Amino acid sequence: MQQLLTTVLTGVTLGVVYAAFALALVLIWRATRIVNFAQAPMAMITTYIALVLIDAGYSYWLGFAAALLSGLVLGAVVERFVVRFVSGKSEINAVILTLGLFIVLHALAAIVFGSRYRSFPAPFGLRGFQIGDTTIALTGFGVFTVVAVAVVMVGLVLLFRGTDLGLRMRASAFNQEVSRLLGVKVGRMLTLGWALAALVGSLSGLLIAGGGLVHPSYMDGVVVYGFVAAVLGGLDSPVGAVVGGLLLGLSLSLVSGYVGSELVPLAALVILMAVLLLKPGGLFASVRERRV
Amino acid sequence: MAETFEMSGVSVNFGGLVALSDVSLSVAAGQVLGVIGPNGAGKTTLFNVACGFVRPDTGTLTWRGEELRKLRPHQLAGLGIARSLQELGLFDRMTVLDNVLVGADRHATTGFWPALLGLPRRAKDERALRDRAMAALEEFDIADVAARYPASLPYPVRKRVALARALVGEPDLLLLDEPASGLSSAEMAEIGELVRGLTDRMSVMLVEHHMDLVMSVCDDIVVLDFGKVIARGAPAEIQADPAVQAAYLGEDVVTGADSR
Repeated sequence: MQQLLTTVLTGVTLGVVYAAFALALVLIWRATRIVNFAQAPMAMITTYIALVLIDAGYSYWLGFAAALLSGLVLGAVVERFVVRFVSGKSEINAVILTLGLFIVLHALAAIVFGSRYRSFPAPFGLRGFQIGDTTIALTGFGVFTVVAVAVVMVGLVLLFRGTDLGLRMRASAFNQEVSRLLGVKVGRMLTLGWALAALVGSLSGLLIAGGGLVHPSYMDGVVVYGFVAAVLGGLDSPVGAVVGGLLLGLSLSLVSGYVGSELVPLAALVILMAVLLLKPGGLFASVRERRV
Repeated sequence: MAETFEMSGVSVNFGGLVALSDVSLSVAAGQVLGVIGPNGAGKTTLFNVACGFVRPDTGTLTWRGEELRKLRPHQLAGLGIARSLQELGLFDRMTVLDNVLVGADRHATTGFWPALLGLPRRAKDERALRDRAMAALEEFDIADVAARYPASLPYPVRKRVALARALVGEPDLLLLDEPASGLSSAEMAEIGELVRGLTDRMSVMLVEHHMDLVMSVCDDIVVLDFGKVIARGAPAEIQADPAVQAAYLGEDVVTGADSR
């Protein structure tokens, strides 16, 4: 019982981070049919920005805010000044471009921030809460992780469902040509979409880094898990990304707890293959409704 | 002549293929202009030029006395031009009301940044847009399906949604691409009435296969064949024109029996 609780709690904390990262991928995929492989190094860069500020003596929260803000800016810049130039051409061009960006950002980070491991602080305790004389696997930082991701998701839902701007962003994502005809400035919506996605990606970067070590490739593993989570949810569905992230976090945590932690990456790939074989559209796909 | 839309000397080549060759036409305020022609005559290309999807190789577009250089689709709404699409182009995963709201956005008074920051004036603005969209739905008798998704509605209703969306921005020129396709003759007559009812507010240019509709609705007709204008004039003149009858290879232009 104790172990199951531990496993589930670890799984949920891990799952929300995957969910955030998957959501960042899904936001861009929906709008542009591009899998943004550069999402991980982008989050890595913004986490480094936070780390530089924190190491310079500023508070964690200032670094946190700066990272999210620079994520927003970085996402917008990448869309407007890099990806925009291959829009309208085959989507594979943009995907290769994001792969190239992946390598470039890695190299840049190694040059600017160095490639050694640096520890990243956490704003809350990393020790499990005590209930009676047992320690449960829920840490202060874990609670913060769940709350932070939940806040961002609620914010996104409010934006997309409740505002006119969100409506135009959704319209642009569904059909760019029709949206243009209706007077929607699709380019701006795409820039904003990338910016928001990069913000969500940055958040997942910060949450992975918290209380751990940061180096230029510390996010690379998360790409795999985030991508599996997104595919699990159907790539097209934000809700699916969140559920996929949680499912993946829980499953991997169960594998790690009951089978062996060395099997975690393998388990992720097995889940990915199983989903692609049994339900290629993902668990929440609405492929039928949308022509690609 | 302030609200006149004109195309003059428009030519478009796709590779070596001539899609349009020296086409000129004009739509006066409150007029309905029909563009007809056999399949492949260049009607759709003409429409695509009119809305900026296709840039003509030569020729000019003029709207309200000003030349539209480098027209791009997203400028249309701001210019007071709306286009309906043959395939409707409804957003399937948005409610009918939301679909129409996207079209109403031209009337938003607050800009991009206030909208992003959610300033209070924006909230008022959004309520006003919502009212405007509901009014458009009521005008087309589809207010009862406002909360439904387009995919769950019958085709004629979806067609009305698309029209409501095109009209909610209160354009001065409406470009209608095959408004009657897929409709029964009763529904077609309704669309015809609807279009005629628009002429006190706007000019209409429509592309259509159905002779019935074109003959009864249009003030003026331009006939295209192989990218060239082969005839133009009032419906009666077009019906009597031997070149038109030849282009349609014996299809009965006169009585309006339609091939499809």
